Amino acid sequence: MIPAAFEYHRPDTIDGAIKIISEHGDEARVIAGGHSLIPMMKLRMADLSHLVDLQEISELKGIILECQSVTIGAMTTQHELITHEELAKVAPIINEAALQIADPQVRYMGTIGGNVANGDPGNDMPGLMQCLDADYILVGPNGTRTVKARDFYEAAYFTAREEEEILTSITFNSPVGGYAYEKQKRKIGDYATAAAGVLITKEGGKCTHASIALTNLADTPIYCEEAVAILTGSDLSADVVEAATVAAVNASDPGEDNRGPIEFKKHAAKIVIRRAIERAIERA
Amino acid sequence: MNEMTPPKEERSEALKGLGCSRKRVEDARFTQGKGNYVDDIKLPGMLFGDFVRSPYPHAYVKGINTDAAMAVPGVVAVLTAADLEPLNLHWMPTLAGDKQMVLADGKVLFQGQEVAFVVANDRYAAADAVELVEVEYEELPPLVDPYKAEIEGAPILREDIADQKEGAHGPRRHPNHIFTWEAGDKETTSKVIDDAEVVAEETMYYHRTHPCPLETCGCVASMDKVNGKLTVHGTFQAPHVVRTVASLLSGISESNIRVISPDIGGGFGNKVGVYPGYVCSIVASIVTGKPVKWIEDRIENLTSTAFARDYWMRGKISATKEGKITGLDVHVLADHGAFDACADPTKFPAGFMNICTGSYDIPTAYLAVDGIYTNKAPGGVSYRCSFRVTEAVYLIERMIEVLAIELDMDAADLRRMNFIKKEQFPYQAALGWEYDSGDYHTAWDKALEAVDYKALRAEQAERVEAFKRGETRKLMGVGLSFFTEIVGAGPVKNCDILGMGMFDSCEIRIHPTGSAIARLGTISQGQGHATTFAQILASEIGISADDITLEEGDTDTAPYGLGTYGSRSTPVAGAATAMAGRKIRAKAQMIAAYLLEVHDGDLEWDVDRFVVKGAPERFKTMKEVAYAAYNQAIPGIEPGLEAVSYYDPPNMTYPFGAYVCVMDIDVDTGVTDIRRFYALDDCGTRINPMIIEGQVHGGLTEALAVALGQEIAYDEMGNVKTGSLMDFFLPTAWETPNYETDYTVTPSPHHPIGAKGVGESPHVGGVPCFSNAVQDAFRAFGLKHTNMPHDHWRIWQTANKLGLHD
Repeated sequence: MIPAAFEYHRPDTIDGAIKIISEHGDEARVIAGGHSLIPMMKLRMADLSHLVDLQEISELKGIILECQSVTIGAMTTQHELITHEELAKVAPIINEAALQIADPQVRYMGTIGGNVANGDPGNDMPGLMQCLDADYILVGPNGTRTVKARDFYEAAYFTAREEEEILTSITFNSPVGGYAYEKQKRKIGDYATAAAGVLITKEGGKCTHASIALTNLADTPIYCEEAVAILTGSDLSADVVEAATVAAVNASDPGEDNRGPIEFKKHAAKIVIRRAIERAIERA
Repeated sequence: MNEMTPPKEERSEALKGLGCSRKRVEDARFTQGKGNYVDDIKLPGMLFGDFVRSPYPHAYVKGINTDAAMAVPGVVAVLTAADLEPLNLHWMPTLAGDKQMVLADGKVLFQGQEVAFVVANDRYAAADAVELVEVEYEELPPLVDPYKAEIEGAPILREDIADQKEGAHGPRRHPNHIFTWEAGDKETTSKVIDDAEVVAEETMYYHRTHPCPLETCGCVASMDKVNGKLTVHGTFQAPHVVRTVASLLSGISESNIRVISPDIGGGFGNKVGVYPGYVCSIVASIVTGKPVKWIEDRIENLTSTAFARDYWMRGKISATKEGKITGLDVHVLADHGAFDACADPTKFPAGFMNICTGSYDIPTAYLAVDGIYTNKAPGGVSYRCSFRVTEAVYLIERMIEVLAIELDMDAADLRRMNFIKKEQFPYQAALGWEYDSGDYHTAWDKALEAVDYKALRAEQAERVEAFKRGETRKLMGVGLSFFTEIVGAGPVKNCDILGMGMFDSCEIRIHPTGSAIARLGTISQGQGHATTFAQILASEIGISADDITLEEGDTDTAPYGLGTYGSRSTPVAGAATAMAGRKIRAKAQMIAAYLLEVHDGDLEWDVDRFVVKGAPERFKTMKEVAYAAYNQAIPGIEPGLEAVSYYDPPNMTYPFGAYVCVMDIDVDTGVTDIRRFYALDDCGTRINPMIIEGQVHGGLTEALAVALGQEIAYDEMGNVKTGSLMDFFLPTAWETPNYETDYTVTPSPHHPIGAKGVGESPHVGGVPCFSNAVQDAFRAFGLKHTNMPHDHWRIWQTANKLGLHD
């Protein structure tokens, strides 16, 4: 459990960081909170010669709330998300989800940027960002581009981010209406057996907007288009909720692991999704 | 007593002796990060060792090339079996009479087995070189399922002993078979069961798990080539035995070996055995002349050092139709892994599994245990229990529940009807043990009343109805367990480890100014010995516990003892402490008599002083006596005030307890919620109630872990599936429920202060209690038994099989 030797870089600007990773190509990796990368390095499963620490880059930190828009710097920690009072008001689902990530010690170090950029299907923020329809801002040697969270994830640990790009911030419109992030896990610190993020907006007894995304129920997060279509425009009756839940479960594709076989995971997912939808409706 | 003498109660309280909830003296350093653990030890010029381990569960080792590893800057040596063979250290004896490879000798038998030992100037160079050792393997089919060990065509694991028909514990019927161990009367038991009115039968798997102490295993071996002295600091639960073994293996005189157990961050049985890392570090230090440190990482600890449990148990229990138990028949298939490295007393290859008649008056019983080799890590230690007692208690507490189902009886009533009665003690059990004391009915009634048992059953019945009506998806389980432990190994006449009798010891030195130091043959791993043993002594010799220093773990200074495991410290070393204290007092009495110019017999002991009978104003305190022992020439009495006692216990002690767990279970997600946990413990005389409570909380939490998810699981190919804390369940404060503790006091009649030991009781009683709660929740729907660990998906599976998802 000791990593191989590597060069350590600590740039203080985004440009400086990009220069280093451009120079070393796939030999270099950026490190944010390190809670995924460092264990992989210790297990010698991550092979890299240059570690580019982003801690010193102040432009990557902070939470900006403007009108209806929320922008979160990639190096903002989960702890900062949880303790940001204004953010809790405009996007309470972030608070609810971040409190279910690992434990306080991990949340002091773990960042939202690392969580979404790593492409680990177990991470909670990717599904949540798909639920919020967030945009990821990526900066590389050829400038800045935006990729939607719903288009970002290709397979486990494979994303739309290019080798030489850094995910610098996340931006989304502050959600309105009801919300819920529901997660079943075996213990503190565990990835989800099944988790779901849900947003529901209601007007005059009708659902005017809905969003559902799932965590750790496939090798990428899943935005449940069909379930969203069922909910949107409906009266949110019990039958509708059931149909949307079934559609969301059908969109999932969990694998067997120590958390249990596929059949169980789909069953647990169904419960988790239904609870999330029901809680979001209650709050809408 | 004169006017200046404080009242008896006040003086007694000032001693902080027996019964005082004295704060732990150890905690000041632990809570400030000032503990001194093995990895804190840094010696000048120290080298670091690291293992190359087998990725395969079963393979021939065709060759090892160390050239590239040796070329890494900072690498000093790479040891393989070939290097150890000339020293005859490529294999080592195990505690169970088997032998174990130190480094792979031609083949590997479990994933994670030690293949080569890299020694380097620092940990980084060692880890780099480990990657570069080239090992050529030829894979062999693995044997994972012990039930397939003896079928035709099963792979033969231990080719080194394939032809040996006789093992350390009798005949072997197959090369993969280690021993058959029997207790009780087979013929009579079989007849009783055949003729019984009611018989219940069940097979249960007590899964493989691991003690997983917070601190992993490790050592620093240092051979001083100038004076020929070898010093080993290590995570040893039995430092004196390690010294003896090291001497026997290395040929170094025992007087030239010093073994030191510094602060130990939890043991729970994992640190009883001798591991290849210790042997390799010692050899490397002898070869290089420099200190060599070896520290396991978490994955190595979970996958290669001693596991616990892994018993496949089949029980048959018979009773009259009224519920009076008549017989018990038990067979165990014991998966011991690649080498038989169980840490049990020599004559007990299945530990004290023959305590499996539990707390019940069962007239006839028979037990047979078959030990089997598989391609898994060796071990079989007592994880927070006396030897295999957790398995035994789990078996009987499940069999009682299964019998209750068969009889359609309440399981609490069934227990009560069959308890050994108070007047039957000392009780001779059918499988050989003589229980010292107990009052089970009183404890049981107190427990059931405390939780309002009848109301719980009524609530549960209502819940079942509500569930059937579709009003709830949560079921309620009421888990019961009543356990009898067997601890304090043990009487030298039948308990030894590698030939060393399982006595223990205490040596006391009273200083001239009336403070004292006591040294014991045990070693605390968090139990708080420095706190509690000082209390025993304070009550015996009248010196405040605050003025008594406790030392353990250094073989150069402490008297010989067999160490700390199996809840033996209080029953054995605690008794030695009391007995040594009494020797001090006997000499002190003679000194006091001389000082007071009276006959010994004219004095009586009064808390902290000797008083002349009938003349309370004439007395000498222990402090005054201590001073006199050093500054006065007393005719016929040697100067000084010291004593040593080696205590060979006449019997084991038998703590017991009654536990109740109330649990809600979501049948759709398998999520459990422990609403209430009540634990009544009777550990005899209570030394420090606060430490007892802490022990109970800790033991219950480890029981919760084992019952609800903690396991070392292997896949069909022999790969470890749960080798890190990501999957291996180690509960945090979040998962830990609130515990209500309670007690009764039934002193041990043969222990000098009546104490029985408590450290392991909550684990032994807790596992079946948590498990029974899960199983009880489904009883109304036809469940008879389901195996642990009761994690979410397995509970879901149980509900699914019962049709509760339809």
